[in-house]
Amino acid sequence: MVRGISLVTALAALLAGAVNTSAAAEVNIYSARKEALIKPLLDRFTKDTDIAANLVTGSADALLKRLEMEGMNSPADIVITVDAGRLHRAKASNLLQPVRSDAVTGAVPEQYRDPENYWFGLSFRARPVMYAKERVGASELSTYEALADEKWKDRICIRSSNNIYNQSLVASMILANGVEAAETWARGLVQNMARPPQGGDRDQIKATAAGECDLAIANSYYLGRMLNNENDPGQRKAARQIAIHWPNQKGRGAHVNVSGIGVTRSAQNYDEAIRLIEFLVSDYAQAYYARSNYEYPVKENVHWSETLEQWGTFRADTVNLSLLGENNAAAVKLMDRAGWK
Amino acid sequence: MTASRVIAAPKAWFSARPFRVHPWSALVVSITGILSIPVLVVFGFVLYPSGVTWDHLVETVLADYVLNSLSLMLGVAGGTLSIGVITAWLVTQFSFPGRRIFIWLLLLPLAMPAYIIAYTYTGILDYAGPVQTVLRDAFGWGLDDYWFPRIRSLGGAMVMLSLVLYPYVYLIARSAFLEQSPSLTDASRLLGTGPLRRFFKISLPMARPAIIAGLSLALMETLADFGTVQYFGVPVFTTGIFRVWFGLGDSTAAAQLSALLMTFVFVLIVLERWSRRRARYHHVGLRSRPIQLTPLRGTKAVIAVTACLLPPMLGFLVPTLQLGYWAVLTAPEMIDTAFVKLAIHSFGLALAAAFIAVTIALIVSYGKRLARTPLPGLAARVAGMGYAVPGTVIAVGVMIPFAWMDRTLDAWLHDVFGVSTGLLLSGTLFTLLFAYTVRFLAVSLQTLEAGLSKITTHTDDAARSLGYKPMEILTRIHIPCINGALLTAILIVFVDVLKELPATLILRPFNFNTLAVRTYELASDERLADASMSAIAIVLVGILPILVLSRAIGRSRAIIH
Repeated sequence: MVRGISLVTALAALLAGAVNTSAAAEVNIYSARKEALIKPLLDRFTKDTDIAANLVTGSADALLKRLEMEGMNSPADIVITVDAGRLHRAKASNLLQPVRSDAVTGAVPEQYRDPENYWFGLSFRARPVMYAKERVGASELSTYEALADEKWKDRICIRSSNNIYNQSLVASMILANGVEAAETWARGLVQNMARPPQGGDRDQIKATAAGECDLAIANSYYLGRMLNNENDPGQRKAARQIAIHWPNQKGRGAHVNVSGIGVTRSAQNYDEAIRLIEFLVSDYAQAYYARSNYEYPVKENVHWSETLEQWGTFRADTVNLSLLGENNAAAVKLMDRAGWK
Repeated sequence: MTASRVIAAPKAWFSARPFRVHPWSALVVSITGILSIPVLVVFGFVLYPSGVTWDHLVETVLADYVLNSLSLMLGVAGGTLSIGVITAWLVTQFSFPGRRIFIWLLLLPLAMPAYIIAYTYTGILDYAGPVQTVLRDAFGWGLDDYWFPRIRSLGGAMVMLSLVLYPYVYLIARSAFLEQSPSLTDASRLLGTGPLRRFFKISLPMARPAIIAGLSLALMETLADFGTVQYFGVPVFTTGIFRVWFGLGDSTAAAQLSALLMTFVFVLIVLERWSRRRARYHHVGLRSRPIQLTPLRGTKAVIAVTACLLPPMLGFLVPTLQLGYWAVLTAPEMIDTAFVKLAIHSFGLALAAAFIAVTIALIVSYGKRLARTPLPGLAARVAGMGYAVPGTVIAVGVMIPFAWMDRTLDAWLHDVFGVSTGLLLSGTLFTLLFAYTVRFLAVSLQTLEAGLSKITTHTDDAARSLGYKPMEILTRIHIPCINGALLTAILIVFVDVLKELPATLILRPFNFNTLAVRTYELASDERLADASMSAIAIVLVGILPILVLSRAIGRSRAIIH
């Protein structure tokens, strides 16, 4: 047992050493964006500015809870999420403070940021309809609303309503058509599902390619990753059988959400935090989103990757993204009632 | 030499001095009291009003959650019991080709996180996966021309969880079978009883407390599982908790759902205790020689080999091969210096947590035994319930009191001395290790209690009468006797922490990642191939102690003699 205790002590020392970071200037980040998708940019930021970027990743709600618990003593300066709703919630819970930077407000169009500059979108993500080219003609598709039509019975694949992307989509339907119409739509969609909701977005695309369904609703960057997957020829092949339809082009536009950023109210490194945001809206970082993860840069006139160019431009829903957050709970309840698992 | 149900002696040795608070009892109550705080914090949310969300839940999905959780538990109970008990019995009672290898091979699925096996099998067996595609191409079938079980379903979740959780039952049942006195089975053999009858009449009833202990671990883990059910789209309590918290933004109602889940577990535990009533399972006397293995030949040997081969093959070899194939494809991108650091973090945390949890469990289980009053036992039960609660919820239960302490201390120091300490505990490894201890106390406690329960209290009484102090009885009699159980507990906590994700994710310090975190991040981002390298590393880091300890547990039988 004594040996055990000394072992534990040695390990504790080792672990403590491992987390000890020392740099003059630093910025501390709570990120719901996965490490693999943010770390390369942070490394570049540190290289350019000599400001160390310390990172904890996790689910947005859990990180916001941690931030809330830690209160004004929280070490976190920055919060990064993968949807606007969470940022809106953080602002409403008084966890954020406004960002005062002309460079940032100049770079991010109004529809992708908080009216009072509490948070900013960094990249936007579209959730279009994808279809199997062999079995569906582009002319058969029009709007999200039309997906509840009986002709799609047993032909649509979509993931569980636990997923934030679906919750946002339904929130946008509520905003566009009202709760009642959105619920009727959701019931129709459930009727048209080819299988009980399961798996992730990529699984819906694969199932569509394999013929289990004819349509999938999924975020476009998943298709982008599949098309460019160097390690898995099977995924590339599946993705090439799929085409994207941008819905509601004659109306409000395709549903989009952002991955975004905000500065915490307790930030002890406010200046460094602002510099990080300014870096993340720079042309370099914005192009990186398109290049590495097939998301759309929020900044205009930034180079899109080849894959994004191929999908073409489209009209995106310009609804204020804060409203999606406000309607998230209503959307979840609506899906519960509609039997969307 | 007999094993018997001994009715607990109502008078303990200290009852002559009823007014003194027993020091061990006080120690146990204070330790478990502190460890109960997170669970009590979660329970505390029951006091908050959250009417609207509850009305909605009751109207729509609550019945589904309860029904699916119950079915999942039943299915996993059936799966883990049949696999775990049968294989444990086979390797301890019979000799057949490969038996020595199966002894440890059967443990390996322990190193496989449930959500990883779920992802892997989906990749293989899904409609779009290679198996069904080959079938379709070979026979020219279309979508509706054939039937294939849906992997992503309630049934699929039962199979996946059973495949990785049966080692809990196997491990504990095996040491229970090993510790059973062979003279009983010898006697029944002399009386002409067949092996099946011996199993049901003697071995199984005697091993019951141990088997139940293993089963309850598997079931609590089932209730706490999130990754598998989430991916399979099966609505159960855990997915409901996160839906209410993240989707509806109602963390109070989420905590209340967790409290309901814990009540569920508590009732189960009480039922089990009640069914055992006051019977205790002791060996009276010690064994003098090893178990005589019955050789199996021909068909019987083939059946035994198949029964022992299938679980580790499906629960470990197949998914590991698939992961290995992916890992080879992605290794150049995924292995870097950061990766080595991940492995060190994971290994160090798991080892530290295992020692802490088992030391505390040893103190608690021994103190409970000495005290023989209900309070320490109850406190230990409450503290142990953390195992059945999703890690994220427990993490919040840990965060709240720690943050409160930090804030209070900071405010006090600020007022009195004008200095600010900031956060002393929140966001440190201390908090994380505390959370692990809370979450995995049940594992170590169940295992040690199962071990201790086999030492009759008469032994303690005898030692007392020879002038041994309680501490001496623990170190000189109990610890040597339950060596196997101790190692088993260390092993299970180690592997559990290695796989642990939600609490690590939310409580860890800056720039501190583990293999499980890396695996989950990539897998949940649907980059399974990229995740495979760290998944394989979890499995490999986990195998090493499994092999070492499995040998030690085997040897520990000899130590008793």
